[in-house]
Amino acid sequence: MKKEPFKEKDDRLRRTRLYIPGNHPAMIQNAEIYGADSLIFDLEDSIPLTEKDTARILVRNAIQALNFGRSEVTVRINGINTPFLEKDLEAIVPTKPDGLLLPKAETEEDILFLHERITELEKKHGLPVGKIRIMPIIETALGVVNVEKIVAAPRIAAVGIGGEDLTADIGAIRTPDGRELEYISSKIIVACAAYHIQAIDTVFADINDQEGLFQATKRAISRGFQGKSVIHPSQIEVVHRAFMPSEEEIEKAKRIVKAYRESLKKGLGAVSVDGRMIDLPIVMRAERILKRAKAGKK
Amino acid sequence: MKFTANKIGRKIPEELFEKKLIPFQGKGKGPYKVRKYAPKIRMRRPGEQKILGSIREAIKAGELTDGGTISFHHHFRNGDFLLNMVCHEIAAMGLKDIRLVPSSIQGVHKEILPYLEKGIITEINCGTSSVIADAISHGKMERLLTIRSHGGRARSIENGDVEIDIAFIAAPTVDPYGNINGVRGKNACGSLGYAFPDAHFANYVVAVTNDLVPFPNNPISISQDHVDAVVKTDKPIGDPKGIVSTTLRITRDPKNLKIAHDCVEVIKASGLLKEGFSYQSGAGGTALATTNFLRDYMKSKNIKGSFGMGGATEALVRMLEDGLFEAILDVQTFDTYAVQSLLNNPRHIEIGASQYANPQTSGCAVNLLDTIILGGTEVDLNFNVNTSTESDGRIQWGMGGHQDTAEGAKLTIIAIPLLRGRIPIVVDNVVSVNTPGENVDVVVTERGIAVNPESAFYDTLLKAKHLNIKTIEELKRIAEDLAGGPPNQPKTTDRIVAIIEYRDGSVLDVIYQVAD
Repeated sequence: MKKEPFKEKDDRLRRTRLYIPGNHPAMIQNAEIYGADSLIFDLEDSIPLTEKDTARILVRNAIQALNFGRSEVTVRINGINTPFLEKDLEAIVPTKPDGLLLPKAETEEDILFLHERITELEKKHGLPVGKIRIMPIIETALGVVNVEKIVAAPRIAAVGIGGEDLTADIGAIRTPDGRELEYISSKIIVACAAYHIQAIDTVFADINDQEGLFQATKRAISRGFQGKSVIHPSQIEVVHRAFMPSEEEIEKAKRIVKAYRESLKKGLGAVSVDGRMIDLPIVMRAERILKRAKAGKK
Repeated sequence: MKFTANKIGRKIPEELFEKKLIPFQGKGKGPYKVRKYAPKIRMRRPGEQKILGSIREAIKAGELTDGGTISFHHHFRNGDFLLNMVCHEIAAMGLKDIRLVPSSIQGVHKEILPYLEKGIITEINCGTSSVIADAISHGKMERLLTIRSHGGRARSIENGDVEIDIAFIAAPTVDPYGNINGVRGKNACGSLGYAFPDAHFANYVVAVTNDLVPFPNNPISISQDHVDAVVKTDKPIGDPKGIVSTTLRITRDPKNLKIAHDCVEVIKASGLLKEGFSYQSGAGGTALATTNFLRDYMKSKNIKGSFGMGGATEALVRMLEDGLFEAILDVQTFDTYAVQSLLNNPRHIEIGASQYANPQTSGCAVNLLDTIILGGTEVDLNFNVNTSTESDGRIQWGMGGHQDTAEGAKLTIIAIPLLRGRIPIVVDNVVSVNTPGENVDVVVTERGIAVNPESAFYDTLLKAKHLNIKTIEELKRIAEDLAGGPPNQPKTTDRIVAIIEYRDGSVLDVIYQVAD
């Protein structure tokens, strides 16, 4: 599926995606108060097999009954080859979440299958077709190999990385600075960038190490990640702080956007800021910086 | 029974148990007496000793009779055995109709329940929690529970509203001539501040200890000129584990951490957080988290405050040690770290309950507070705060220094979750009022911050766009939407079991017996 180059199909801010176990009513009820850009109600790994039904029903009812404010509402469903997927979709799609996270996404076919099933359910329930986004999580070597096709599939808005599973699958050892995932991350970031999809970094497991999280997020941002998955509300403020651009970056971004808009008005082809030519990707990056700055000041 | 509505619309009987009640008329407008109460003059001649062999001897020496009044401090908290020991002795001696005036009753004091039921203890003046509070709610005590704040209690003792026949002071250390401190000994509890008014105004003062030390005890918190008898007993008067915590737990609940974080944001936005800042918070998990957030911020901005007041905790002491405060004023010490600080750091100062919060003195410390962070069980649309009763009407807690600090501080913040379990905490009318809304500036919940339109900080805080400001009515609606409606009204009988005094002695509210 060919995408228009340089056109963000979904530019929603996803600095933080907070995982919430789907079988925990108190956490679900308070999910929106911490200011995460996205919420992920989990039906997969954090839910014991004996509580899959409980979590599914709870999450379905919560999305129907509660207001999650400005946060994007997504659900991590169970994987393609599990006996839970169909029930998950039947329960969750009618609640019109903003997105569904597909764990262990490995092939384009996985996404197409999910896309078709969501489409059927949207039609069945009289919902607009195509509004629910798919957000695959790459957790296997096969998923990495196929990521360029995965990001090109329909409905994709963001791609996450499952660091722990990936490390195990390729036979590597987890390190504090995550160097074993460098190649994989780069491959996924480049694939996402090619299709203007957001790459979201893996979780930082030590919830007591806020400085470590801050530095890891800074590294992730510098490499091109657009967000980070978080597993505890206390991580949100740290990640948002890491995403907050410096005053210098903000000022420069303002100059770029202003110069670009003026050039459009005047019908100019090329424009320079601070003596350097700017083109559309630079403008888009500047707009992203301003968006992060605006969100960071709230 | 004739009733009059007080300033906050609560119906107060004109008289109860032969005592005329004065309805609350607003802060600074309450009754006050022209002169302080004076206790009996006692004389001790050269060569006379103060050591007595038992608590029973002390009760006899203090000439306690039926209808008498005895007092205790609660610095031993849930590790206090002395109140139980004295009550058992009084019961064994056949005394009855005793008025109990402790600064607080804790869970450990459930042993005295039979004495309420048998008419041996017929009246209690203090904050009460746990089993005894529940029993009073169910009408098991003959007369009234009078709930007072720490400042109100000091006032009632000093102005003679309460005349104490014998004050029993659990003494971590005392010398044979009656000099007491709380910072040494196996039962070290830190400050003895709540016992100061009792020691100064009771007609007879008994120190009871497991650690008799040679004269002169040093430092001296309560001095020999106020102490009539010293009882050394080998039977433990306290359990060190229940007296102080080794470490108080800072909340890890993300919801409470958010509330704590937002409290600091409110203080920052108020403009008060600058050179000379003064602050008090409690020892609850959320309060401790607020103190730690505040410490980080003050350090990062190099702000040096004036004083921190406690409830002294390790969190507050670390601010003193970091140079963020000039001093700590300590009326009550919560953990071992703070006890050591009180012992060793001259800038950690022990103060008495009157100096802390008595409104009818030449000036109490709460008057100098910039900010206080407080909790509560409920808050209502008029910003009235309940700390004593649960939503089902049962008495569960006292109020500590709630209404004292709320009136004294420039900025009073109520930090409270919007829901407890499935029960909305912001309601139309609280079950009972401990702190009137006129003393409350801000209510901070996890889902929004309500500023009292009457607050001097209203305009300033509403300009702070990063704060999630909502009206108190909006908070109530959000709570009710989540819970499916307002809480049920408690079912009560028409018998009044407790009154809640304002710190000046007027009556804020009454509490009715719950219907079984």
